[in-house]
Amino acid sequence: MPDDETDHAAPDGGTPDTATLLKRNPLQLIAIGVVLAATAGAFAYTGGFLTPQRLSPNHFVDAMQTAAGGPHEGFRRAHAKGICVAGHFVGTLQGRALSSAAVFASGQPVSVSGRLAESAPDPFAKDSSEAVRSMALRLQPAGAPEWRMAINDTPGLHVSTPQAFYDNVVASTPDPATGKPDPAKMQAFLAQHPETVAFLARMKARVLASGFATDSYNSVDGFIFVAPNGARRLVRWTMQAEEPFATLPAAERAAKPANYMFDDLLARVAKGPIKWRMIATLAQPGDPNRAAEVWPANRTHVDMGELTIDHVESEATGNCQDINFDPLTLPPGVAPSDDPIPFARSAVYSVSFRRRTEEAKAPSAVANKSAGARS
Amino acid sequence: MIRPAHRFPLLSRLLHWTMAVLVLAMLFIGIGMVSTVSSRYAQLVAIHKSIGIVILVLVAIRLINRLLNPPPPLPADLPWWQVVAAKASHWVLYLLMFALPLVGWAMLSAAGAPIVVFGAVHLPPILPHDVAMFAVLRAAHTVLALLLFATFLAHLGAALFHALIRRDEVLPSMV
Ligand code: HEM
Ligand code: HEM
Ligand code: HEM
Repeated sequence: MPDDETDHAAPDGGTPDTATLLKRNPLQLIAIGVVLAATAGAFAYTGGFLTPQRLSPNHFVDAMQTAAGGPHEGFRRAHAKGICVAGHFVGTLQGRALSSAAVFASGQPVSVSGRLAESAPDPFAKDSSEAVRSMALRLQPAGAPEWRMAINDTPGLHVSTPQAFYDNVVASTPDPATGKPDPAKMQAFLAQHPETVAFLARMKARVLASGFATDSYNSVDGFIFVAPNGARRLVRWTMQAEEPFATLPAAERAAKPANYMFDDLLARVAKGPIKWRMIATLAQPGDPNRAAEVWPANRTHVDMGELTIDHVESEATGNCQDINFDPLTLPPGVAPSDDPIPFARSAVYSVSFRRRTEEAKAPSAVANKSAGARS
Repeated sequence: MIRPAHRFPLLSRLLHWTMAVLVLAMLFIGIGMVSTVSSRYAQLVAIHKSIGIVILVLVAIRLINRLLNPPPPLPADLPWWQVVAAKASHWVLYLLMFALPLVGWAMLSAAGAPIVVFGAVHLPPILPHDVAMFAVLRAAHTVLALLLFATFLAHLGAALFHALIRRDEVLPSMV
């Protein structure tokens, strides 16, 4: 393109070579360097690389792994020992009035898959007497957005903020010298967190259900139900066991085999479906939307529908093992509230999911089992 | 300002600056959202997916526009290696503007996660549920994003070099 030459030439004729140009323009060169360094610095700052004290989801998972004595590769960083379940959910008319979510809309059975688990980070732990049990669900109405939830059998959470959750993990991390958590650190934490002291008292007072089927599971966190007319209500919900309540004396529990809760569940579902009622609790103005605080017992309860689990199978490629039960995967009709915990959970579960999918996984403790008819 | 004899067509300039803002915003939103456990995480991830899909649509339009309206020539006295660097980096930028949103969409598909943009639009998965594939794509998303940021820095440095040191028509041709 020789014709272009005059168009692009500098006013005084040809442009000198690059080295000469750079030498003649030191201030400009510095200015460019400053702009580039400032841009890179702003990027690093935004990513938290200059502020290591910022609570990132990676810090969270690192701390949880350290407290657990190292990662169990391929497994969830919490609730590691679990089993997959499937069934359906049928919503009620009252449920439909409270939330426009598709799972309540039709009154027809909605496809459900999920996971029942123990909260310990060790996937091969013996089914312990005191373990927190959990239920994770995916409700997938045909042709409408799905709803994921991950709920626990505890009366609330031990803390109300992500920072307190993190501080608690750090305080319960075993001291490398003794192999045990430093009691002074936990004392210091409890001194600052009366809500944790109250939670531990509630945990001590509860009568433990005998297994997964007889247990009930709570959302713990507050969410907003949006009604078809747009009305918004702060709620929590419980999957209330329809199975008659049963408990096991501590001595009997201790004598049971390592996977007894899973074996019991498989045996139970082989006999027929297991059911729970979904009961929403409506907050009254002023009720604290903090996960460590329980609401007064006299709040209005609404029967939202019935959950049926009729199939149980071991974790395997492609089933519940490979799902991130992110509690913020919500359908229209359900929205996050100002409870800060679900936001932190969403970020942290994403990191846990990323790490475990990058690692090779050993077979689960309860492998190659399945029971119950597939509906 | 001197009126450049060669200028990018109006549509090219509009696309360039709109996308410059969006791509830069995406890099900062992306790196920022994964650094926090606050409510900003969920809000930013939602915005991230939406802007990412907008970028995918815009870059397709931009590529077609570029094939129909070729860019003006670079200064004729530009050393050959700078010509090569300019052309190569522009193609790398195009490649990454396609690859990042596609990898983002594909990795969420492979994770078995719903892909919601603009609050209500559900995109179909473009890959089957396969977490081994997710793991590869998730790592690729990070690497490609960092590569995009590095290429952007070089591009910005080059634009300023043309504007402040060579004082040629390259920057005016784009404004
Ligand atoms: C800031 C607080 C919390 C943190 C940091 C946290 C952390 C975690 C992590 C890292 C996982 C593993 C996720 C995965 O790899 O898929 C997990 C699983 C789980 N969490 Fe939490 N959690 C928190 C609060 C809660 C609360 C309040 C509940 C109950 C209401 C809960 C219930 C569950 C359940 C049910 C699972 C297992 C889900 C499944 O089976 O896939 N978590 N949690
Ligand atoms: C992430 C942000 C950016 C991206 C992805 C980007 C991408 C591109 C691409 C692909 C081209 C080739 C022309 C085309 O096909 O459109 C180009 C040209 C150009 N860009 Fe950018 N750009 C960005 C930001 C900037 C900024 C901040 C500046 C200025 C400070 C700038 C200045 C220029 C100039 C002057 C040209 C013309 C180069 C020539 O004459 O060939 N760009 N940009
Ligand atoms: C030009 C387009 C895009 C750019 C520049 C970009 C950039 C980034 C960056 C810098 C990060 C944080 C670094 C990391 O953790 O890997 C990130 C994460 C992420 N991006 Fe993108 N992205 C783009 C498009 C998309 C699209 C279209 C989607 C989905 C539809 C998407 C989904 C995600 C997700 C899900 C994460 C990680 C969230 C997490 O792990 O918690 N991105 N992206």
